[in-house]
Amino acid sequence: MSRSDVLVDADWVEARIGDPGVVLVEVDEDTSAYDKGHIPSAIKIDWKKDLQDPVRRDFVDKTGFENLLSERGISNDDTVVLYGGNNNWFAAYAYWYFRLYGHDKVVLLDGGRKKWELDSRELTKDVPERPRTSYTATEQDASLRALRDEVVAAIGKRNLVDVRSPDEFTGRLLAPAHLPQEQAQRPGHIPTARNVPWSKAANEDGTFRSDDELRSLYQDEAALDFGRDTIAYCRIGERSAHTWFVLHELLGLPNVKNYDGSWTEYGSLVGVPIELGEAR
Amino acid sequence: MSAAPLPDGCGAPAGGVSVSAATGTQAVVEGRVTREGVPVGTGYARLLGTGDEFVAEVPLGDDGGFRFFAAPGSWTLRVLAPNGLRAERSVQADNGQVTTVEVAL
Repeated sequence: MSRSDVLVDADWVEARIGDPGVVLVEVDEDTSAYDKGHIPSAIKIDWKKDLQDPVRRDFVDKTGFENLLSERGISNDDTVVLYGGNNNWFAAYAYWYFRLYGHDKVVLLDGGRKKWELDSRELTKDVPERPRTSYTATEQDASLRALRDEVVAAIGKRNLVDVRSPDEFTGRLLAPAHLPQEQAQRPGHIPTARNVPWSKAANEDGTFRSDDELRSLYQDEAALDFGRDTIAYCRIGERSAHTWFVLHELLGLPNVKNYDGSWTEYGSLVGVPIELGEAR
Repeated sequence: MSAAPLPDGCGAPAGGVSVSAATGTQAVVEGRVTREGVPVGTGYARLLGTGDEFVAEVPLGDDGGFRFFAAPGSWTLRVLAPNGLRAERSVQADNGQVTTVEVAL
């Protein structure tokens, strides 16, 4: 798999607006962004309302995912182009989620909504109507998702990549600096984790850095052992989906999992080890 | 007994300064971006730490507003807007304080 198989640029997207086999999907936490204007022909998926189980802390199940995509008019043969705000955090999360349920014809728009906006490309408020489909998903691919027991067992044995900001990693903050800090988890990080903030993988306009730059970032600067299996985590799993995309999809590392429970789960577990301060 | 609400995501909240800032002991940096007196509603505010280390980013609200809940300390605020417009300001954030930054592009 190469970069061009998983990542497309704005010109590629502009040339395919209205193509019946290509579905543009904006994925945001703040869905009002879509309502204010989106790429022509794009539909929206709400990170929380559409992709999370409304009761348990978990994803919608296979049937739920099938219902969602069928209702949104996405078929198994469609190429899904995901983009969103926050430098594609939630679009990367959705990409990982689509792959989890077996949809392989999925790509990310490099730079997401930000680059599109900064380039002053067209946005519309028109909401397309797509006829209902009958989508069939696979069972979740367990090779892409890490759950808590696996993470605890991985301490000291696998690469653990904490992609939060340095202040969150060291325990100075409990959440990113654009969010209130009221959450009541214990601060810190998983022992033996390396701190490679997701932002180091992105340029200022939200596009991904080059493969050479990314390889140097993780292998040389962070001293990640590319021969080991890797688990990425952040606070709720969407920034780490961005890093999962880099390591698994762009750099082609074979065994990379995203821990979507991330710090909101780990930092609330009873009895697990936590480190404060810089990485040891 | 009601269940505690799930925390909000890491992502950007709705842009702007309409959310009530309960500062408490938090160090809040907020402000507004304008161009020729008109709010810039499309663009991004980035908070950078020492050595331009990325800390956070929010989309500007319709009123050009932005807000960060930072750790206390010195920060750089960088604004990006279409047509290559950008600006940078040094900001000092302190616990329990709201630091206001007005940016004219």
